[in-house]
Amino acid sequence: MGGHLNINHLLFLGHGALWTIGLSLIALIGGGIAGFVIALARISPLRSVRLLSAAYVQLIQGTPLLVILFLGYFGLAAIGLKVSPLAAAGASLTLYVAAYLGEIWRGSIQSVPKPQWEAAEGLALSRTQRMMKVILPQAIRIATPPTVGFMVQIIKNTSLASVVGFVELMRSGQIVNNSLFEPFAIYAIIAVVYFAMCYPLSLFSQRLERRLGRGRADFLAPA
Amino acid sequence: MGIQLDFLAVLERWPSFLGGAVLTLELALFATVLGVLLGTFAAVGRGTHSALIARGCKVYVEAIRNTPLLVQIFLVYFGLASIGLKLSAFTVAVAALTINVGAYTAEIMRAGFEAIPRGQIEAAEGLALSRLQIYWHIILLPAVERVYPALTSQFVLLMLASSVCSQISAEELTAVANYIQSDTYRAFETYIIVAVFYIILSLVMRAGFWGLGLVLFPRRRRLGTAL
Amino acid sequence: MQQITSPATPIVSLRDVQKSFGPLRVLDGVSFAVERGEVLAVIGRSGSGKSTALRCIDRFEKIDCGEIIVCGHRVDLPDVDLRALRQDVGIVFQSYNLFPHLTIEQNITLAPCSVKRMSASRAKELAHKVLAQVGLEEKLHAYPEQLSGGQQQRAAIARSLAMQPKVMLFDEVTSALDPELTAEVLKVIEQLARDGMTMVMVTHEMGFAKGIADRIVFMHRGKVHETGSASILTSPKTPELVQFVGTGNLKS
Repeated sequence: MGGHLNINHLLFLGHGALWTIGLSLIALIGGGIAGFVIALARISPLRSVRLLSAAYVQLIQGTPLLVILFLGYFGLAAIGLKVSPLAAAGASLTLYVAAYLGEIWRGSIQSVPKPQWEAAEGLALSRTQRMMKVILPQAIRIATPPTVGFMVQIIKNTSLASVVGFVELMRSGQIVNNSLFEPFAIYAIIAVVYFAMCYPLSLFSQRLERRLGRGRADFLAPA
Repeated sequence: MGIQLDFLAVLERWPSFLGGAVLTLELALFATVLGVLLGTFAAVGRGTHSALIARGCKVYVEAIRNTPLLVQIFLVYFGLASIGLKLSAFTVAVAALTINVGAYTAEIMRAGFEAIPRGQIEAAEGLALSRLQIYWHIILLPAVERVYPALTSQFVLLMLASSVCSQISAEELTAVANYIQSDTYRAFETYIIVAVFYIILSLVMRAGFWGLGLVLFPRRRRLGTAL
Repeated sequence: MQQITSPATPIVSLRDVQKSFGPLRVLDGVSFAVERGEVLAVIGRSGSGKSTALRCIDRFEKIDCGEIIVCGHRVDLPDVDLRALRQDVGIVFQSYNLFPHLTIEQNITLAPCSVKRMSASRAKELAHKVLAQVGLEEKLHAYPEQLSGGQQQRAAIARSLAMQPKVMLFDEVTSALDPELTAEVLKVIEQLARDGMTMVMVTHEMGFAKGIADRIVFMHRGKVHETGSASILTSPKTPELVQFVGTGNLKS
């Protein structure tokens, strides 16, 4: 049995938690940009673009994130491309998030009521103008609750980066445990920290969903 | 510098891969069956009059949904060890996966329960059915039929998530991959092949659930429409 | 549970029933009675309380005060045996409420098997019989969504009949149907009345009510304004009924 949990350990865990948030942001921003491209590609008028993006999504969604991480870290190293744990984790998560956000956003775009598409066409707007001025603003509103909900998934998934050695919250816990040998207590604390990060987002997402439901009901009610 | 890829050297190890895939499927199926039971109990518990049980179920669901599976697995693993239970990695993995998928199943089932129109419950009451009979025939069974696609997706996700069990030495597909790549020094090819295995497993599972759905839900089989 | 079953007592009786939903007084001292074998039609505008009164009979709403006796059960008391009550009373709803995941046969046999512990084979015979009564034998193995609205409502009636109730309640059972489908349902109800079933119907179908109802109760704002035979419609006494009859609220 090692020593007791002291302030240094907690600071170390805190540092790990900050990196969890940092990695989550990297994944969100990188995956968000890529996801946006994929969402548009999925509804492209060009069949090849649609098929390619659909294949990408199917591929990523059918593979465990851990395998993608191993591929990025050990796989690339084995063929001569040595990457840091941060780069491997960041890239893998970006690919992962891009696929899922792409699907969520594609769904949101396609949920914009058909009359809106037709009205925009009837006003002789070009495809780009239709998207930018009519469809996307509405799609963003629809997409917000599930996107916020997915941020919870991102934060949870960063825990896997620990497996390739990136020192985020989970890895910090393993390191602390190596000196304290109180695994259950340490992981319980870590669980609480994850919960503190994720639960407010979950609640927020649910609140947005309720507000969106009300808003759309008003939208569809007779004038 | 040329990148030499040698898939064949890795594919020679296909018996090991197959063994890992079988274990992954076993993990997924055990956890699925137990998770459905647990999730159904939790979903029913959310609706009881007892505030204690209802609150307890909500706490369970929210705790699981807002913490990573990896943390949950370690907690189950070390928790069971600390109370002296020496269980196989497989059993621990099934336990952790069951607890995890139970929470997600509970949410899906609850949505299914709430979609049952009040009128049908009144009609059942008008026919003098007991509360238990109403719950079973009018709420539970149709709810399962209605949310079956969502449940199927959840269980496929569970199978993919089981890769995390490699971290507690369960010898499922990802663990096998780790072993083989360290043995052959061909990490890239190994993980590509394993990814393909997982994709095939997803398809196999989806097909299996689709067939099961046809057997369980005669209405769907005959009419082809969703409830 | 004391059962009052002498032939002289009405099989359904409401006395001074009051019920409020929050500040809204929906039933304000409602009293009427139904004799065995009698067909009673309850009419009135939306919001008059007629559906609520009907639902109170089968304890789908709890009353605030007053007395309701149905087939010897004191429905107004908190300890009423609901399962026994609902085996004596059958109710058919406006929205049919068939169970969509079961075939028509299964819809009908569910309650007799679960509640009366009838054997599966006897229950299937019973299902056949009641479906023949409503003219739907060939739909035995169909699912509700494969039936038209009128067929679904007839199936719902058959489902209630399978429990062999002593009283049947009909809550605006044709209001959700297109006019062409209403006739087939009314025909079934008419036959039930001729066969001697005690019935209480809340309805807008005035022509039908005039035809088969032994008595009519007119409700307005939670009170019974007039009761009597069909003649009250042709010679209404109270101003509210005059207005009701005159404003085309009624489908002849």
